[in-house]
Amino acid sequence: MNAVTPSEVMICAVANLLDGSRHIAVGAASPIPAAGAMLRRAIDEARGGESVRISILGSVDHNVFTNGSTELFDCAAQGRIDAFFLSGGQIDGQGNINLVGIGEYPETKVRWPGSFGSAYLYFLVPKVILFREEHTPRIFVDKVDFISAPGTSDKNTYRKGGPIALLTGKALFRFDKDKGSFDLQSIHPGHNLDEVAQATGFTFGHDDSPPTTSDPDPEILNLLRARVLEDLSETYPDFANKLRAEIAALSERTN
Amino acid sequence: MAARLSNGCKLALPVDYAGVSMAMIQPILDSGVRDLDLVCVPTGGLQADILIGAGRVRSLETSAMTLGEAGGAPCFIRAMKSGALKMRDSTCPAIHAGLMAAQKDLPFLPIRGLIGTDVLRHRADWKIIQNPMVEAEDKIVIVPPIAPDFSLFHAPLADKDGNVWIGRRKELAAMAYAAKRTIVTVEKIVDGNLFDDENLSAGIIPSLYIDAVAEAEFGARPYGLWAEYGKQTEVLMEYAAQAKTEDGFAAYLSEKYGAEVLT
Repeated sequence: MNAVTPSEVMICAVANLLDGSRHIAVGAASPIPAAGAMLRRAIDEARGGESVRISILGSVDHNVFTNGSTELFDCAAQGRIDAFFLSGGQIDGQGNINLVGIGEYPETKVRWPGSFGSAYLYFLVPKVILFREEHTPRIFVDKVDFISAPGTSDKNTYRKGGPIALLTGKALFRFDKDKGSFDLQSIHPGHNLDEVAQATGFTFGHDDSPPTTSDPDPEILNLLRARVLEDLSETYPDFANKLRAEIAALSERTN
Repeated sequence: MAARLSNGCKLALPVDYAGVSMAMIQPILDSGVRDLDLVCVPTGGLQADILIGAGRVRSLETSAMTLGEAGGAPCFIRAMKSGALKMRDSTCPAIHAGLMAAQKDLPFLPIRGLIGTDVLRHRADWKIIQNPMVEAEDKIVIVPPIAPDFSLFHAPLADKDGNVWIGRRKELAAMAYAAKRTIVTVEKIVDGNLFDDENLSAGIIPSLYIDAVAEAEFGARPYGLWAEYGKQTEVLMEYAAQAKTEDGFAAYLSEKYGAEVLT
């Protein structure tokens, strides 16, 4: 078994979820999703597959859009983006996300930045991965105070996309579109079901003894620690340095 | 240029990375203009936060307000809690659709998504209609035009005829097409005509849409200007720390701009 850091577990989980995606869009402030997308690209290239296109929003170097910030949304509408990431100040058991605030709108007692493109992209991008590293009942609530974007829509609403999974620092959930709720897929190493249940403010489906999020194959871990770390250093230098330090500390502990 | 702005006008500002005319904050504060209706295309940051904190803004239409790595926009957050700001929460493509409706002088444009969101629920000016082109049920949201009285941004180059080069930052062109008037600061005003270089032409907003241009070197700072210079995150962090309290912001405004918070 390989020793892997918690960030690496999440990055590999993202890369698995992205299997089959050809164009992945990532927000500028999302190093773990970006690393997952870069790992997906590295895996596909190493296996001789088609190269994945990654668009990092707001980046000059990792973004080929030439029609301004509207182009991402036009691309999404036409099905030219396969996967995207969203998060939330609150995420509930129905897959609704809240990026606006806590309390009665508009004079919310806690105000977050706002919905960004979520109220649109959640409907149109086939694979939306919800990512929030902090896993607490403050974030994972029974019902969000404000719906920036709903997890599901009625059958008469035009909807080509939506959430497929929720990845946190403790676990990976799959979203069941028909039931409109989450099922626990696996728990990351070092965590357990009781802890996950206590940290989650909504109910979710699960096996009696859910599996552990699997460690990556040595081949994949090598790609991550070599090529992907190098790719990351250009765009997310602080995160790349932090990850390097975590890996170094881990190998010291295990030696 | 700031003297052209009038009280109660609708002013459009670009997203942080697209070319923010930070250089115009001083003249806007000095002009005493107030009750601005800001539209952020499609999100707002430091520039909008300073204007809000300084008491110059009546309403805000945006899909988000953030200082990026430096965290939340402190004056915006305070104004939301106190109810001082009329907020029109939006989503990025709805801002773009509104500008495009204005560009084409249409009464509305349809936009996908949004149905079932609280963003839509709180926007009395947005409607759900049946797609008139099909028999089957197909609800779609329509949004009215966003026609700013002024669009304001910063770009690398202009010429003496008032043509402005924006490269691939086409949201700036969308802002200029939609607005009644457009005011621009640039790094450099060059002699000759930008259209003389055919390679530049696809990235030019012609003077047809431009009302005033002024030179302001490093006019986007602390924000960056694409390939020209980078963002000064540490300056944003300092602002976030100082503007955390109302008094801290008032001191910042006085020290940096010699301006007062209007009440």
